Amino acid sequence: MAIFVNEKTKVIVQGLTGGQGKYHGLRNKAYGTQVVGGVTPGKAGQDVEGIPVFNTVAEAVAATGATASFIAVPPKAASAAILEAAAAGITFIVCITEGIPAQDEAKVYNTLIRDYPATRLLGPNCPGIISPGKCNIGITAGEIAELPSEKGPNVGIVSRSGTLTYQALYELKQQGIGVSTCVGIGGDPVPGTNFIDCLKEFQADPETHAIMMIGEIGGSAEEEAAEFIKANVTKPMSAYIAGVTAPAGKKMGHAGAIVSGGKGTAQGKMDALTAAGVKVGLNPTEASELMAEIVKGL
Amino acid sequence: MDLFEYQGKQYFARYDIPVSAGGVATTVDQAVEVADAAGYPVVVKAQVQVGGRGKAGGIKLANDADEVRLHAGNILGMDIKGHVVKVLWVENASDIAEEYYASFTLDRGAKKHLLMLSKEGGVEIETVAETNPDAILMRHIDPVDGFSEEDGRHAAMDADLPPEAIDGTASILAKLYQCFTLGDCDLAEINPLILKPTGEIHALDAKVSLDNNAAFRHPEWAEYRATEELDEREQLAREHDLQYIGLDGTVGIIANGAGLAMSTLDVVNQVGGSAANFLDIGGGANADVMTAALEVINFDDKVKSIFINIFGGITRGEEVAKGIVEALSRVELRAPIVIRLDGTNAAEGRQILLDAGIPESKLTSKPTMLEAARAAVAIATGN
Repeated sequence: MAIFVNEKTKVIVQGLTGGQGKYHGLRNKAYGTQVVGGVTPGKAGQDVEGIPVFNTVAEAVAATGATASFIAVPPKAASAAILEAAAAGITFIVCITEGIPAQDEAKVYNTLIRDYPATRLLGPNCPGIISPGKCNIGITAGEIAELPSEKGPNVGIVSRSGTLTYQALYELKQQGIGVSTCVGIGGDPVPGTNFIDCLKEFQADPETHAIMMIGEIGGSAEEEAAEFIKANVTKPMSAYIAGVTAPAGKKMGHAGAIVSGGKGTAQGKMDALTAAGVKVGLNPTEASELMAEIVKGL
Repeated sequence: MDLFEYQGKQYFARYDIPVSAGGVATTVDQAVEVADAAGYPVVVKAQVQVGGRGKAGGIKLANDADEVRLHAGNILGMDIKGHVVKVLWVENASDIAEEYYASFTLDRGAKKHLLMLSKEGGVEIETVAETNPDAILMRHIDPVDGFSEEDGRHAAMDADLPPEAIDGTASILAKLYQCFTLGDCDLAEINPLILKPTGEIHALDAKVSLDNNAAFRHPEWAEYRATEELDEREQLAREHDLQYIGLDGTVGIIANGAGLAMSTLDVVNQVGGSAANFLDIGGGANADVMTAALEVINFDDKVKSIFINIFGGITRGEEVAKGIVEALSRVELRAPIVIRLDGTNAAEGRQILLDAGIPESKLTSKPTMLEAARAAVAIATGN
C-alpha cells in the first residue's frame, strides 16, 4: 500500500517537451513510474525518448488511460494546465510550478472544489510525491528514498518544503527506515492538498506505521493539523518546523512563508504540535532521530 | 511588495476608488506647490512604511502655505522608528463625520477571500479585534463568485453602518475588490474609510501589499519596485534576481530551497552563531547563479564565514560544484566557505570540488548540516 499513487498509476507530463518536464519526466520514468504520455500543444505525433506527445490532455487520457498528471509549465500557463487536466478526467495532479499568482491559485482551488471534486491537486510549488519502489512524480531524487519493508515499520512523510523533504528521506535512509509515501504539499499560500488530507490517508494506510511532518512559518495549516492529530491520528508522529529565526513581515523564499501580525510563528506551531502529542525536533536531523526512536519502539 | 500610502492611493485611483486631491513632494517648495493645487487646508503626511506616524509627528494639518513650509521642513528628514522620511504626501484635508475600516485579504485557512468591514475605523484593526470583536464583520468570498456592489450593500448593512453610508460603501467595496483581485494584492486596506458630513464616502488612507508572483502581468509595478526600501545588499541581490533577505549576523548563508534556507538559519542559531542573510538559490541553480550568490554574500563586510547548504533535487550536485569552482576563480572571497553537499549527483559534485584543488583555508566540506553549521560558526566567532 501507499497513499495517492502506486505502481499502477499511469502518468502524463504536461510540458514534457520543456526543459524541466523532460528532465524530470524521464527521471520519473527511469525510476519505474508509468510515464505513458506527454502534452504540449502543437507537438502531437512527436515523442520524447519513446514517450508519445499529444496536443491536449483529453487526447492523452483517451490514448493512454492516464489518471495522473505531472505539470511542469511556467506560472502563466499553470492555472489553465491544471483546469485542463481536471476537465479531461485526471484525478491526481502534481504541479511543481513556482511563482503562480495567489489570486490564480485561489480561483483554481475553488474551481476544483466546485466543478471537479474527484480531482486532487498536489502543489503548486511542490516537489511532488514518491511512493518508494512504486511511483515517483515530481523532482525528488528517487535514490534517496528507502523502500518500505513488507513487515514494517514504515514511515509516511508530509512536508511543505522540498529540500527539507529530501533531507528527511535521506536521514531515514541512513537509519534504514522504510518510507511508505512521501508527499510534498508545497510552500504556496493555497496548496491544493494540505497536511490534514495526507494525515487522513496515512492514518488509514496499513503500510504506514508512523508519520513525520515538516512545516514552516506562515499561515495556520500546522495548527489545524495539530487539532486534527489530537482527535484522529493514533499513529506516532515526529515533526520539524522551519523558520524559528525568521524575521516577521518577510516572505522567506516561499510565497506562503511569512509571519504577519504575530501569527504563523514557528514557536506557535511547535507548541500546537507538542500539545497534540507529536515529538518535535529543533532541526531536521533531530526530527529524524526522534522518528528513528519511535520506529525502534514499534 | 508593500506600497507607500501615496502609491496605494494612486493604485486605488486606477480602480476609481475616491481619494483626496493631493500629490507627492520631496522638497519644501514642492510641498507648497502641491498644497496650492490641492486647496487649503491640507494634510502633510510622512511617507514611511511603519505604523505610528501621527504620534511621531509625521502627520500635520496646514492652513496656509507658511504652515506647509514649516511642517514639510520638519517632517522631511525626520527619523520615524528608523525610517527616514524622504517623501511627503500632501492632500486636501477632509471633513470627517465618521471613520470606518475596510479590507480584502486571502484567508489561507479557509482558502477564500476575506472581507473585513467595521464601523470602528481610524484605529488599528488588531486593537478593535481585541477590544470589540463583534464590531468587525468578517465575510468569506468564493473567488469563483466574486464580489458585487449588491454584496457590498449587504455587507455594509450587516456591519451596521448608518443608512447614509450604505450606497457609498457598497460602491467602494466593489471597487476595492476589483483592485484586490485584478490588481493582484495580498492586502488592500482602507483605514479610515470616511463618511463626510456631505454624505460622500472616501478613502483617507491606503495600505496595499502586492503579490510579487503576479509582477509579470503588471508592468505598472516597475515604478513601485524602484522605490522599495532595500538595503545595499538586497539591492545587489535583486539585480542578480536572487531570493535574498539581509540579516545582522556573521555567517553568510546560501541554500537551495526556501525550507532548507530557513532551516540553515535556525541551525546556525542553534549552535551559537547568527546568520548574515537568507538566500535561496532555488530549483534550477547553476554556475552563474552560484557566482552571483557568492558575489552578494561577499559584498556584506560583516560576513566572517560562508555556509553553503545544498541538498540536490532539481539542483544537481555537479552544477553546484562547478559554480563554486568558477565563482572562486571570478571573485576573491573574503571569507572561507564551509559546504555541505548532498542529494542528486552529490558524489560527482564533491569529486569536482576535490579535483579543483582548492586549499582548505578557503573551502571545507562537511558531511552533515549540523557539523557544517558548527564549522562555519567556529570560523565566524573565532573559536
